[in-house]
Amino acid sequence: MQRFVDLTLNGVTYGMIYAVFALAIVLIWRATRIVNFAQGAQAMVTTYIAATLVEHQANYWLAVVVALASGLVIGGVIERVIVRPVEKGPVLNPVIVTLGTLVALEALAGIIWGGGLRSFPAYFSQIGVVVGKHRLAFSHFDIYVLVAIVSVMVLLVLLFRFTPLGLRMRASAFAPEVARLLGVRVGRMLTLGWALAGVVGALAGVLVAPKLLLSPNFMDAVFIYGFTAAVIGGLDSPLGAVVGGLATGLALSYVGGYLGSTLEALGALAMLMVVLMLRPQGVFTRVTSREV
Amino acid sequence: MAAVEVADLTVHYGPVAALRGVSFVAEEGTTTAVLGANGAGKTTLLRSMTGLVRPDRGSVRFGGDELTRLRVEDVVRRGVAHVPEGRGVIEELTVEENLRLGGLWRRRSERDGFDAVFELFPVLRGRRHQHAATLSGGERQALAIGRALMSRPKVLLLDEPSLGLAPIVTGQLMARLASLSRDEGITVVLVEQNARTALSIASRAVVLNLGRVVVADRAEAVAADTQLRHHYLGF
Repeated sequence: MQRFVDLTLNGVTYGMIYAVFALAIVLIWRATRIVNFAQGAQAMVTTYIAATLVEHQANYWLAVVVALASGLVIGGVIERVIVRPVEKGPVLNPVIVTLGTLVALEALAGIIWGGGLRSFPAYFSQIGVVVGKHRLAFSHFDIYVLVAIVSVMVLLVLLFRFTPLGLRMRASAFAPEVARLLGVRVGRMLTLGWALAGVVGALAGVLVAPKLLLSPNFMDAVFIYGFTAAVIGGLDSPLGAVVGGLATGLALSYVGGYLGSTLEALGALAMLMVVLMLRPQGVFTRVTSREV
Repeated sequence: MAAVEVADLTVHYGPVAALRGVSFVAEEGTTTAVLGANGAGKTTLLRSMTGLVRPDRGSVRFGGDELTRLRVEDVVRRGVAHVPEGRGVIEELTVEENLRLGGLWRRRSERDGFDAVFELFPVLRGRRHQHAATLSGGERQALAIGRALMSRPKVLLLDEPSLGLAPIVTGQLMARLASLSRDEGITVVLVEQNARTALSIASRAVVLNLGRVVVADRAEAVAADTQLRHHYLGF
């Protein structure tokens, strides 16, 4: 029982990290119908930036803020400079371009920071809290992770639901031409969407880094699991991304704990396959037919 | 001053000419019907008036601005609202969000905007918090037009508002459209396949055929010309 509780808590923490990362993927997919394969690499770069600051005795919170800000800038710049020119072309072009960005960023990180492993500070204790007689696999740092992610999700909901900017962004994503006719600067909204996704990804980066070790490809696994989560949720649905993230986190935690940690990646693939076979549109997307 | 002057507008899609030197004037505060069969170039005409299509040649002048040189987003800021074909309501948003979007760039007080739209289309008031996907065809058209009115336009371009609507709904809609130019002084350009209905509320009519203007005249004159009607308007 203790083991089940521990695996569940572990699954929830990782699940929320996958969820917030999936949210970044969904943000971009909804706005531009592009899967940003460089999302993980962008978060890797921003986490390295934070790590470098911390190594130079900067305050942890300052480092986190700088990571989020650079996520914003990198996301926006990638959309404007790299993605915008190929957006109108064949659908394969953005795929190739974001994959190329992934490879380039990881190579660049290797050149700047080296290929070796680095640790990243956790700020809060990573030792499990004691409840009754048991020490749970759930630390103060994990609580911080959950609070940070839930806060960001709430902020995103507030932004999209209740602000004029959020309304503009949703309109641009659903019906770009109509939005333009109503005076919405759709191009700007797309850049902003990529920038926001960059912030969200950067957050996932600094939160997961203390649990893993920093290396140029340390976000690859998070990207794959986040992508799995997003696809399970249907790529189009923010709620689906969150539920998909939790499901992925829990499933991988149980697979790793009961069957062996080497099987985790296989577990993710199996989930992806089952979902794609049974509900290819994802669990949380309504199939909408449109009149033409 | 607020008349829209279209001159020598020419648009090609690849080698196909959609508009060939179209010229006409939509007088301030009147309704101008643009009529013609499928493929006559009516939709292309409206789309090139708001920058959705870039013409190869020609101009669209309004209030001292050359609309064909502006970005789509800026045309509405000059007071020209375009309701696209197929009721461009955003289904994923609620009725109220659709409406709010229409007046967003103005940053004006939303309340009077909503009230004016609900007065014109009372059916929308009760549907305010529903998703636009749940609306009927007539309600969607009302929403699309109401949303355009939220920007307080001087010029309203309507693309086939009666498409797919029941005759009685079309009649109600046209009566409300007629009041827009008559009571509000809005310059309306109304693209329609339903020529008879459009002529009943328009003061002038432009008949297009294969991208050219066949006739531009007073609406009564066009309606009275039996041969023209049989040839190009199908009634």
